[in-house]
Amino acid sequence: MSMLNFFRRPRNLTSADSAKERLQILLSHERTDRSSPEYLPMLQRDILEVIQRYMRVGDEGVDIKLERGEELSTLEINIELPGKSGAEARGAA
Amino acid sequence: MAKIIVVTSGKGGVGKTTSTAAIGAGLAMRGKKTVVIDFDVGLRNLDMIMGCERRVVFDFINVIQGDAKIKQALITDRRLENLSILPTSQTRDKDALTKEGVEKVLNELREQFDYIICDSPAGIERGAHLAMYYADEAVVVTNPEVSSVRDSDRVLGLLSAKTNRAEKGEGEVKSHLLLTRYDPARVARGEMMKVDDILEILSIPLLGIIPESTAVLKASNVGTPVTFDTKSNAGKAYEDAVSRLIGEQLEMKIQPERQGLFQRLLRRTA
Ligand SMILES: Nc1ncnc2c1ncn2[C@@H]1O[C@H](COP(=O)(O)OP(=O)(O)OP(=O)(O)O)[C@@H](O)[C@H]1O
Ligand SMILES: [Mg+2]
Repeated sequence: MSMLNFFRRPRNLTSADSAKERLQILLSHERTDRSSPEYLPMLQRDILEVIQRYMRVGDEGVDIKLERGEELSTLEINIELPGKSGAEARGAA
Repeated sequence: MAKIIVVTSGKGGVGKTTSTAAIGAGLAMRGKKTVVIDFDVGLRNLDMIMGCERRVVFDFINVIQGDAKIKQALITDRRLENLSILPTSQTRDKDALTKEGVEKVLNELREQFDYIICDSPAGIERGAHLAMYYADEAVVVTNPEVSSVRDSDRVLGLLSAKTNRAEKGEGEVKSHLLLTRYDPARVARGEMMKVDDILEILSIPLLGIIPESTAVLKASNVGTPVTFDTKSNAGKAYEDAVSRLIGEQLEMKIQPERQGLFQRLLRRTA
């Protein structure tokens, strides 16, 4: 490692550095996504199906959020549960 | 009830996506609830310019095809909560866009937003046609250069004939000229057409003059609409254009490049 690299702090990232970093992260995801089918709509449908087996959740009740990172991506799934009246399990009804 | 504005040009690479992001951000800064939509199916880029590319889950095409609800596909900007992005698909092609699908999505968005800004792809084919079809107003992005001006003229013809408004006789799509990548120094040297020359040829009202600016590349590097760079000449020029778009009367001026200390010193000694 050269002295220059040693002293280069991430704080001093130029806008060009940030362009490169953003592209590397995005493209690594896009290249792998291209060879696999679009799974997110299917994942959403399956989640909804499973939840609906137990609870009355509307078709809009599932919200998927994704944040692609360099080493780690996070998938956040929010399910809006109905209020008291709709909360009784279907099996019991 | 939102106003639908298409950002279009015919010619490629003149600054449509840059302008969509900048105008969208500018409107949101003025408190307007705004959504920007990427119509460039297969060549998604608005997400990068807006800086939300890592958060795309569902897209415009998913919504059109019923695989996702609009609410699920909209990405809220991290800086301004009244600014949203509807990204397009990177894997499909323009045939996935249908007139009925586009209309349905726009009608739903109309209820929730004040402004819907549609980033058109280059050309005059299906994608560009559908981007302008439901527009109430158009921002025609033009560079001071012969082929760009010619293509803008062609697009103005399409706007007045091949849109929903034109076909239904609901009045014209109000078109504005946005002159971008304008270089005053080259104009002064007679190397580039003057604003007045272009206005004389296209004869539509001028929304703004965006100078050629280093701030634009910098903003795209980091994924920030250039309007957020309020000190830059391009940012200020877009801010002015947005003021005119919402109906304010503003004197037209060409924003000078902000000079660094070094340049200012050079000037003083010169
Ligand atoms: N005012 C400006 N000053 C300097 N560079 C600019 C300016 N406006 C746009 N550019 C640059 O021009 C290039 C094209 O811009 P942009 O992607 O916005 O065009 P576009 O019309 O959307 O292109 P396409 O037709 O491919 O969709 C980009 O590299 C952008 O940074
Ligand atoms: Mg573009």
